[in-house]
Amino acid sequence: MSAPAHDPAKEPASFAFTPENLERAKAIIAKYPAGKQASACMPLLDLAQRQSDGWLPRVAMDAVADLLGMPRIRVYEVATFYTMYNKTPVGKHVIQVCTTTPCWLRGSDDIVHTCERKLGIGVGETTADGQFTLREVECSGACVNAPVVQIGDDYYEDVSPEHMEKIIDALKGGEIPKHGSQIGRQSSEPVGGPTTLKAFTTTAD
Amino acid sequence: MPKLTIDGIEIEVEPGTSILQACEQLGIEIPRFCYHERLSVPANCRMCLVEMERAPKPVAACAMPCGDGMVVKTNTDLVHKARKGVMEFLLINHPLDCPICDQGGECDLQDQAMAYGFDRGRYGENKRAVQDKYMGPLIRTEMTRCIHCTRCIRFVNEIAGVPDLGAVNRGEHMEITTFVEKAIGSELSGNLADVCPVGALLSKPYAFTARPWELRKTETVDVLDAVGSNIRVDTRGPEVMRVLPRVNEDVNEEWIADKTRFAYDGLKRQRLDRPYVRKDGKLQPATWAEAFQAIAAKVKGVPGNRIAAIAGDLADTESMLALKELMAGLGSANIDCRQDGALFDTSSRAGYLFNSGIAGIERADVILLVGTNPRWEATIVNARIRKRYLMGGLKVAVIGEARELTYPYSHLGTGAGALQQLLDGTHAFADVLRGAKNPMVILGAGAFRRKDGAAVQAAVRKLAETFNVVQDGWNGFNVLHTAASRVGGLDIGFLPGEGGRGTAGIVEGAGKGEIDVVYLLGADEIDTAALGNAFVVYQGHHGDKGAHRADVILPGAAYTEKNALYVNTEGRPQQARLATFPPGEAREDWKILRALSEQLGHKLPYDSLTQIRRRLAEVNPVFAAVGMLTPAPWGPFGAEGLVDNSPFFSPVANYYMTDPISRASVTMARCAETFVKPAESAQERTGTHG
Repeated sequence: MSAPAHDPAKEPASFAFTPENLERAKAIIAKYPAGKQASACMPLLDLAQRQSDGWLPRVAMDAVADLLGMPRIRVYEVATFYTMYNKTPVGKHVIQVCTTTPCWLRGSDDIVHTCERKLGIGVGETTADGQFTLREVECSGACVNAPVVQIGDDYYEDVSPEHMEKIIDALKGGEIPKHGSQIGRQSSEPVGGPTTLKAFTTTAD
Repeated sequence: MPKLTIDGIEIEVEPGTSILQACEQLGIEIPRFCYHERLSVPANCRMCLVEMERAPKPVAACAMPCGDGMVVKTNTDLVHKARKGVMEFLLINHPLDCPICDQGGECDLQDQAMAYGFDRGRYGENKRAVQDKYMGPLIRTEMTRCIHCTRCIRFVNEIAGVPDLGAVNRGEHMEITTFVEKAIGSELSGNLADVCPVGALLSKPYAFTARPWELRKTETVDVLDAVGSNIRVDTRGPEVMRVLPRVNEDVNEEWIADKTRFAYDGLKRQRLDRPYVRKDGKLQPATWAEAFQAIAAKVKGVPGNRIAAIAGDLADTESMLALKELMAGLGSANIDCRQDGALFDTSSRAGYLFNSGIAGIERADVILLVGTNPRWEATIVNARIRKRYLMGGLKVAVIGEARELTYPYSHLGTGAGALQQLLDGTHAFADVLRGAKNPMVILGAGAFRRKDGAAVQAAVRKLAETFNVVQDGWNGFNVLHTAASRVGGLDIGFLPGEGGRGTAGIVEGAGKGEIDVVYLLGADEIDTAALGNAFVVYQGHHGDKGAHRADVILPGAAYTEKNALYVNTEGRPQQARLATFPPGEAREDWKILRALSEQLGHKLPYDSLTQIRRRLAEVNPVFAAVGMLTPAPWGPFGAEGLVDNSPFFSPVANYYMTDPISRASVTMARCAETFVKPAESAQERTGTHG
């Protein structure tokens, strides 16, 4: 199985960075020594992806290549190598459910099923209204708060099927639900509050 | 100098030598797929694993530099087990379609699977299948067979300098592709089929036409440009099936240009396979005797100064010598081997040679290209310049057309004005030239195709002398010819004699009725319509422009059909060998002239190839050293004069169609359609275009 990385039918005719993003791109390029602009390839692709509704049309990759003076195929190689660059259009909210072992042990299968039932789509699909894309991903790197769901740039942790429904409802209603632990724990502290060093109070609250 | 032991044999090698190279020096064969001696080393196929003492696991021989005191074993159980493991992984996804694969019989994977393959597969899952990619009219792809060695990617990036290929996706899904579904825009793309160790990239025109073991291989040279690439012509019966490169480090290394490789189908089309004589305004098939009689009847009684001969770009040296001596016998001094009308002084051999040699490019540190587009005029020379560029520290400047070469250059100007500025020292690049250790000037054939050709030559000679281009042990004054016959013709003096006419004079004279008989030895690129009422004899192998105008056609042999000498632009005489016999009644060219000379009453004094070769060596001793470079002493040449500031143009307007053979080739026509036409129409696009 290897899906074509590029769908000409959905391809926009052209791509250009907005003046604002172009400034940002220049700032990114300036971080690298002269002659090593190619190092800015990945952040620029990310910038381009954010500008064009969460996915990277080929014209955007071309624009990045031309901006950096790289052969276009080199940028295309980078973009197809990394899974976080979307080569086909995605929904407004990309729900990425982690299903690697720790999350799976903590019930990520139920989360996936909830999403599927709630959205009426399968994994890897996008809803007809273009609002949601559901994806299964490998380890998101937040195992202590498993199960984890990433939506856009935010992590939703300690998610139960009920939480998941609420999150989706909120997103449908145009709100951005509070990210982080859904059961209210602070970062990765034990469930139910600290068990040691109780004498010390944190100044965070 | 590290000293190491390989299989119990001690060897001392240059620092930086890899274990694989050291093994090759010892004659130990190491299997490999990704490693290619002319490309960078990625070490990704893992087939070359060897055992090294004190290393925890087998090491990749191609990427491990030799170190002092290393003890390497290449023939142990561990090594075999490791290589067998690698082979088994490679074969998991490789299809078992050797019987229908063009690579079958000359496939690295097939050969190495004989040594390291397991007799059955242990992988029960589905094999992966990959969509084939479009790579243009020359390369056929069968991407399921790809083993991801990345040789092709490295070849187009490094040697060809056209970054069109890449690997997309990752892991199991990795695929080699062009960006995107695009033909590979390189004149060296045919070499991809050679560097591919399996049957993933193949020659499209050769597809399914022959198997390697049924081909007869003839080692010869190419004549479609003036590089003289060493080639191997593979034939089956009377047919040329394909052309492959042959290694010659001094000329083409192991690459050949696409025209060299793929124009061979032109050898089967438009061929002249019998003599023709024009009767009642129409060319009628005739016998050799009738053709000779027709010529003899016309030539008898015509004074020598009303007879002329022009040699074309594909003429071999023997036939030019025979024609020259026949014309001398007839009392004519009107001969010229420069059918393009190039004007330059030929009094000193150094004035028309690529003096440094093609390999000499690697020693240059500043290269000035004058009036040339080497990418199209001599692709292999351009590849050498790119190789030099990749070695670092090379500065290139161009005077003439600013074309896309495969290395960066500074464009000094389009016309000879820039040349004058360099001479005056008013141009900034003059300082660069002055600071160079081994400066080089490459003067293209386009610079001579002007009225002031000899003055350009003199100006460049002055430039060469001003900027130390010619020093002890270094001669960087280089002329890049485009015709394979040119240097040979100049070396035997196929040039207008005392009071004789050159190409332009001959054509003009024939038009005015001052010349009665014109003998064209494969000359097609002249203005044949301007020959007026002259009686035209055309000797050649293709029914091209010259044959259409001819009154008598004598069918000759193409370069794959005769034993002949050609001198490349460096001045290196090289031997072309007969791979197939000329079609029908066609004959080797010098033999035709020898037979005709008898009919005309001026019998040439040679009856065998040996005799004519001996005569060649008498005329010019360079022909005694076949395959060698004879350095030419530096002497005065060129004619001081006013150099016009009009822009220089390359004589090659369409790389894929430069001579009768490539013009008759369907493959070349397809290439022109794919690569040249779109570029041209893009240039010509104006407001009136839709």
